[in-house]
Amino acid sequence: MQAKNKLGLVFFPAFDWAISPRHPEREERLLYTQDQLFEEGIQDIAGVEFYNPVPATEKDVERVHFAVPDVKTRFSKSHMVSMGGAIEAFDLVFSGRAEKSFALVRPPGHHAQRVVYGDRGFCVGNIEAVGLEAMRAKYGDLRVAVIDTDCHHGDGTEDIYWNDPDTLFISFHQDGRTLYPGTGFLEDAGGPGAYGYNINIPLPPKTGEQGYLYVLEHIIMPILAEYKPDLIVNSAGQDNHYSDPITNMNFTAQGYAILNEKLNPDVAVLEGGYSIESALPYVNTGIILAMAGLDYSGVKEPDYDPVRLRQDPRITEYIKELSDVIYERWQKREILAEKEYGKQKLVQRKRNVFYDTDGIMENQTQNFKVCPDCSGLNYIDSRSDWGSKIKGITIPRDACTSCQNEGYELYEKSGSGLTNVYLQDRANDRYLAK
Amino acid sequence: MLIGIDMGGTHIDGVAIKDNKIVKTIKHPVDRKDLYQTILNAIYDLISDLDKTQISRVNLSTTISTNAIVENKTTAVDLILQKGPGINFEFPEIAAEVNYIDGYVDHRGKMVKDLDYQQLAALKKELTQHQDLKQESNLAENLKHDLNTSQEKNLAVVTKFSTRNPEHEKAIAEYFANDYYQITQGHTLSGRLNFPRRVNTAYLNSAVYNIFQEFANNIAAALREVEIDAPIYILKADGGTMPLADAITRPVETILSGPAASFMGMSALFDNQMDSVLLDIGGTTTDIFFLVDGVPVFEPTGITIGKHKTLVRAIYSVSIGLGGDSCLSIVNSSANDDLAARIKIGPERKGPPLLFGGETPTLTDAMSVLHKLDFGHLSAEQVMLARQGITELAEQLSLSPEDFAEIVLTKAAQTVKNQVDSLLLRLNSQPVYTVREILADRQIKPAEVKVIGGPAKILAEYLEQEFKLNVLLPDQFQVANAIGAALAQPTIELNLLADTQRKILIIPELNIYEKIGSRYSLDEGRKYILRCLKQAAKELSDSKLATEIIEESSFNMVDGYSSGKNIRIKAQIKPGLSCAIEHE
Repeated sequence: MQAKNKLGLVFFPAFDWAISPRHPEREERLLYTQDQLFEEGIQDIAGVEFYNPVPATEKDVERVHFAVPDVKTRFSKSHMVSMGGAIEAFDLVFSGRAEKSFALVRPPGHHAQRVVYGDRGFCVGNIEAVGLEAMRAKYGDLRVAVIDTDCHHGDGTEDIYWNDPDTLFISFHQDGRTLYPGTGFLEDAGGPGAYGYNINIPLPPKTGEQGYLYVLEHIIMPILAEYKPDLIVNSAGQDNHYSDPITNMNFTAQGYAILNEKLNPDVAVLEGGYSIESALPYVNTGIILAMAGLDYSGVKEPDYDPVRLRQDPRITEYIKELSDVIYERWQKREILAEKEYGKQKLVQRKRNVFYDTDGIMENQTQNFKVCPDCSGLNYIDSRSDWGSKIKGITIPRDACTSCQNEGYELYEKSGSGLTNVYLQDRANDRYLAK
Repeated sequence: MLIGIDMGGTHIDGVAIKDNKIVKTIKHPVDRKDLYQTILNAIYDLISDLDKTQISRVNLSTTISTNAIVENKTTAVDLILQKGPGINFEFPEIAAEVNYIDGYVDHRGKMVKDLDYQQLAALKKELTQHQDLKQESNLAENLKHDLNTSQEKNLAVVTKFSTRNPEHEKAIAEYFANDYYQITQGHTLSGRLNFPRRVNTAYLNSAVYNIFQEFANNIAAALREVEIDAPIYILKADGGTMPLADAITRPVETILSGPAASFMGMSALFDNQMDSVLLDIGGTTTDIFFLVDGVPVFEPTGITIGKHKTLVRAIYSVSIGLGGDSCLSIVNSSANDDLAARIKIGPERKGPPLLFGGETPTLTDAMSVLHKLDFGHLSAEQVMLARQGITELAEQLSLSPEDFAEIVLTKAAQTVKNQVDSLLLRLNSQPVYTVREILADRQIKPAEVKVIGGPAKILAEYLEQEFKLNVLLPDQFQVANAIGAALAQPTIELNLLADTQRKILIIPELNIYEKIGSRYSLDEGRKYILRCLKQAAKELSDSKLATEIIEESSFNMVDGYSSGKNIRIKAQIKPGLSCAIEHE
């Protein structure tokens, strides 16, 4: 058997890591996926190669996160290895060792936001953002589309790319009114520097193959065709599956395979998915075959029943209307941005962030400077109920000289009354903390 | 006294070892048309002046199964496969009728869909009718060729995840029990997961069954006739042995045992403390092996023979087309100033060296130009012929024959080094699955190079330059492979899986599939697998064999409200030699 696309797999099940013994994020999570991949003989397919993670460095993490108090304290070795797995997956494609890659690694990452006080939604470090930013640092500017196909809103990735026009973030997920983390609504479209480039597609419970593929064809593919990214990343959660224990959707292994064939991502990164026995072995096999350009038509869950999983016509109708609205918002993004931010010089965004896994409450204000020459200096003032009070300053990659200088000045004069001050100078890949 | 026989492609070597000393060696050419007689002659010659009653064991490394596969002299096999949902497998590499049947067992070993006996009945009807027709035509063939192999057809049955639950394989085998001469069930050959490899392994096992059985029976009878009543063992590709009776039921494990014999021979001739590269440089090829922590590096899943990827456990070995008889030629290169790039060594052998009457210059001829050969019997005329041939090549590059020969030898050593480096790169990036292993980052870094074979002595200094490591040569390497065969001991690998939620324990290799309690522990599993292994070891050999656990894990399973443990243990008889050889 010969893969049409040379596919690199970073398969790292972390068999010695768990959040706690009975937690969904436990050692067993990818055990049956490994069994299935081994039994299918995936490692013998010519053109499919397995690779190990190379642990991430502190700098890799600092490009994306303000880790409080620092990377060493906040991130375990397991997290460094998982993020390193995502970096390796990106690097396989960028270095030309593979045409496409899939990081099947854990722990996952898409709920990890810019500020990290602890674990939220089983995530500490945003693995795909760490992987992607390592590539930007190494290979230069890139226009990227990150499609989050996890059932939960990718609120971490949204936060990281909120004001970045070179990273289009599209997340489809079970409607935030019915599922963790309770965000991801249409109106959340991005900061003043990137309004319209954050696209949320909240889907009703019980959405099936038909609905997901409708959204793909009627929203995601046309937008991608217009955005013309250099790279497509699938933030590949697998919890839209009908057997997932913590969500309420009706997606299937066949559906995931078709989605990946059509979306045609360059890099996929595993996110959530906790039906470890009934879904993951089949969904992962399906995604791997689809990415390798091989026949996946035989990959079905043993209890797959298309009749039982048929989508309610009312859901079909709802999704059609929703898609029209979202696509229209994309087309009118400039008018909508004007409406949202008008002539403001500084845009403020106040939020409370709850770290459910670790039980921490964070209160933060993000401040985005509106700059005519770049996407603008921005900084976060944040405190947690565990006693930290921090300021995190970000000089964006495209920052103009004046924004760069302003960032350093702000870093210099900040400190009093704060436990930590961080400067993320993305323009020069420099990271300071005091 | 231990007897070791190693049959290679061109030569058969024999050795008798008594009290850690080599007492006799022989070397004969192989008659490929009659391998059986070749072996008998070698044994007869070896024991002709030895005390037969002293023989405690005869170990044979044979190419019977390998040749049967390579030369397509195998028995016809029907395949019955249950592939379930997953990849739509096709098996173009298998020249047999493949029949797919319904039913499925999942990765946990849960029965998802049972066998359809109506379907099996229809299949039985179709297959047996087929067979009757075939047998008629075979009868006619038989009259023409008077073939001595059995014409009866065999069956291989493989179901997906049968190593997790073999019930379907067993049921199908039973259902067809009277319709075939022999039936192979996939799960009995390996406890490892890999359906396509299991299919190929089971197919090959049935395909070589008859030819190997006939050979084994003949050998046993012939040795009885000359009053050798010592047990007979057959060498496997993993450097271990198996009793002849086991080899008859699992002949696929006897394939490609030659490289394993040389590896074991080299471990007997050297001290094995340091991680090292082992090179067996022959006439046509150089075999490369690695020794790490005193044991060989194994193939990750199993050995490949022709187009067949199998689950047969094997010592990792890679053969490159570089040996004493490798032909030398000049190629055009854009970088004309790089003389080495314009010289091509091998990869093919076009005949013997000029020195021995060949027609193309070889690596050996280059060595003779440098007066490095110590064949005492070379005539001045032979040496002249070699020098002429090398001079002709050297002139094309405006070099003296001596300078040319130096470049050739350096390049040969470089070629080996480059190959070793790229193999190490692969071996050092084998997938690992725990944070602990990633952080430990265990890398194979050879500290020595050990080399045997005809051109070894001369290439040693060049290898030393390239590898920047000590290159070691043993005193006596002419029959290293036979020594390896003689000293090899039985090996087996067992895989245990205990699922305390399903309350099932399985060791596929021993056909164990039994109930356990819901509180079964990793420790109980360890004790049980070691007990099974020791029992099996006792049946394999009179001498005490060391056993060890090589992998173990215990996963918490949480499934709704019930929970349990998924326990996995891999254990083996420690690979090794039955005694050391005293160096003279």
